[in-house]
Amino acid sequence: MNKVLELKNIHKSFPGVLALQGVDFTLREGEIHALMGENGAGKSTLIKVITGVYTKDEGTISLNGKEVSIKSPQDAQKVGISTVYQEITLCPNLSVAENMYIGRTKSAVQNWGKMNEDADKILQSLDIPAKATQQLGTCSIAVQQMVAIARAVDMDCKVLILDEPTSSLDEQEVAKLFKLMRDLKARGVGIIFVTHFMDQVYEVSDRITVLRDGKLVGEYTVAELPRVQLVSKMLGKDLDDMADIKSEAPESQVADSAKVIEAVNLSSDQGIKPFDFYINKGEVNGFTGLLGSGRSECVRAIFGADRVTSGVVKKNGKEIKIKKPLDAMKAGIGYLPEDRKIDGIVGDLSVRDNIILALQVMKGFFKPFTKAEANKFADEYIKLLGIKTASADTPIKSLSGGNQQKCILARWLLTNPEYLILDEPTRGIDVGTKIDIQKLVLKLASEGMSVTFISSETDEMLRTCSRLVVMRDRKVVGELKGDDLNQTMIMNTIAGGASDAEA
Amino acid sequence: MQKRKISIKNLASKQIIIPLAALLLLVIFNLINDYTFFSIEWGQNAAGGSILTGSIISILDEASELAILAIGMTLVTAASGGQDISVGAGIAITGSATLKIIFNPNFGEGTAVILAILMAVLAGVICGAFNGVLVSAFKIPPMVATLILFTAGRSIGSWILGGGNDNATNGIFLKIGQYIPGIPIPTTILVTAVVIILFALIFKFTNLKLYMQAVGINSQSSRLNGLNPTMIKFLSFVILGICVGICGVLNTSRIGTINHSSCAKDIEMDAILAVALGGNALSGGKFSVTGAILGAYIIQFLQKTLYKIQVPASALYAFKAVVVIVLVIFSAPVVRESISRNWKKLTSKKSSKEVA
Repeated sequence: MNKVLELKNIHKSFPGVLALQGVDFTLREGEIHALMGENGAGKSTLIKVITGVYTKDEGTISLNGKEVSIKSPQDAQKVGISTVYQEITLCPNLSVAENMYIGRTKSAVQNWGKMNEDADKILQSLDIPAKATQQLGTCSIAVQQMVAIARAVDMDCKVLILDEPTSSLDEQEVAKLFKLMRDLKARGVGIIFVTHFMDQVYEVSDRITVLRDGKLVGEYTVAELPRVQLVSKMLGKDLDDMADIKSEAPESQVADSAKVIEAVNLSSDQGIKPFDFYINKGEVNGFTGLLGSGRSECVRAIFGADRVTSGVVKKNGKEIKIKKPLDAMKAGIGYLPEDRKIDGIVGDLSVRDNIILALQVMKGFFKPFTKAEANKFADEYIKLLGIKTASADTPIKSLSGGNQQKCILARWLLTNPEYLILDEPTRGIDVGTKIDIQKLVLKLASEGMSVTFISSETDEMLRTCSRLVVMRDRKVVGELKGDDLNQTMIMNTIAGGASDAEA
Repeated sequence: MQKRKISIKNLASKQIIIPLAALLLLVIFNLINDYTFFSIEWGQNAAGGSILTGSIISILDEASELAILAIGMTLVTAASGGQDISVGAGIAITGSATLKIIFNPNFGEGTAVILAILMAVLAGVICGAFNGVLVSAFKIPPMVATLILFTAGRSIGSWILGGGNDNATNGIFLKIGQYIPGIPIPTTILVTAVVIILFALIFKFTNLKLYMQAVGINSQSSRLNGLNPTMIKFLSFVILGICVGICGVLNTSRIGTINHSSCAKDIEMDAILAVALGGNALSGGKFSVTGAILGAYIIQFLQKTLYKIQVPASALYAFKAVVVIVLVIFSAPVVRESISRNWKKLTSKKSSKEVA
């Protein structure tokens, strides 16, 4: 097969970070090539070098054997490299056709009729269920994603980069996307596929390149690299760790001890039905349900993040007043929010300030930590959680997602809460960190902390929680524990099956 | 070699480097143009006391209000992501409040001064609180919210004073804006120094800076960390109000009277400029008060320099604008980053040449 894109010895560094160190990468005509690695391994940097967002420090990029210089995303498009990002970068208020042709007309006059016709032809040929004149915002996310791809394909691209295209799609949508990818592959387009989902890599890819810590680990065909090996290559260690967690039976923590936190008839202005909830000392439980079923709203109500409209929260049997997050914090509750970027990090502040923030606020306005104290806390948790950062002074926004999450986790662990709420702590972060976090949760629980763990991945919940509260349509519809804790029961309860009576 | 590279990079990316460089350029320019600019000599004031005179002294003196305002304006900018354009009009209000007490014949000189200062600060706090409530509770953009007092402030000031605008004869009061016998530098410089030290202490012994930065960068996440963003934004306006109160006292005590239509005119724009010159993003977030204070003195220094080279008064603003454009462009984060990047490249090239 022809080599479409060849990168040799790519180096790229940022202040304090060697993001890429001598990475080679080869993409052949008509193949789907998965780019794998943990967060911070250099995947995004590599993609950005290829697409001209970053300029490389060293190394060569050649296209069809000829060396090219790519200095901007426009250059990349000109030579036939197109990218579809995780977040859709099209305009939802324009039509599908307009989105496909925006910025591409050379003449001052636009032939709208022809444009719509052309767009329809492409959509049809790629089997995308959208009409040219339809407003993009009315299409599903998956279709929008496909329109972005159609736009890229129509620009005669030879290299198509898909950066986490499936993270917001459901299974059927993913299947459609894969079909499209295979079609393009048959036309000879080389596709670089970046994702965290291992199943998808094995379903659709031909080849895998693994990066770790900015270095190339190797290039493999899918057949020669079983999953376990892929994971161990990404992590750079053998994978007994995964097994570790699984072997720990969640039931072991079910002791009928006192209820640490109890909510009675609680509801907030976010439209959840009043619910009851409790958690024992040293217990790990969780909220499960589909996205939007009200999982986050429940824990936000307990933490006082939304305005509570009814009900009470009790701690060790005594009623406590929680009107705002600070009240909850003072009662020994910590909350790691669902949306790290919006609710979690304070982007421009340093890693240190982000870690000490919650504890500092609890300590009070007139009692700032000394520099030495703050440094001690930050260094301690950077070490404890293995946060990869150039220094404690680095702005948190320049860290990778997983490391940002660890900082937020550090922030709450530092307050030494009795009850810690983790809302989607593992979303969008790599396998290694996911395992770290799950292990940490179990360790904390064994030391007596009560933890509520929310995750979209049922596997994770089953592995860590001893009791699950199931939600549907903003209402608690069941509680599962013991032998009922399995995939089928969860699915049934969510869907409103047999166990509905329990509610 | 590695170490040196890093230290240059750090310096180049530090906020403070641009105002410092600007100050240095102004100093060098004046040294070349006329080095007597920097001479400080003994002279006599009207009261016959010996005092220090010279351009530098008068820059420090005249920039006092601006420097104090720059501190408050930095905090408002950081926490609310907007600016207060009512500070000039605010000075008309607080200045009038000051004079109202000073003109009152029922108080002794000393009592009047103390009461006047308290009254000015109170008036400033009220103005700040008014702006603060509009911005933090009613979520009105700062520029619009403060437009109200910007428009009405000078009238309110003249209403407070009524017809009683006179020349103050209170000797103690006039010493604030002029000289204390036996001390050869203007009292305003001392007052400014005290205010700056006070704020330095506040920053050291409270979490004001951390809270304001956190709220300015991400108010949602700050709230989930137990902060009260509404309160903190409000507080920033009140603090600026206190600064405005102090400035009202300084401004009126210089000549013992007030002209409501021209006092502290356009000072709000200079204060905002000082914040920007200090390398602070006007959209809020991380801030450097030191930079803003430096910015205030640079503005005054620049003005003085332009007078010195005899730029005609009518052209003064155009000259100022040119210099300001250059300074603001250089202190923009985008430019700063690219400078520090290129600087790094340059030095690394040099070092590789040295190796070769």
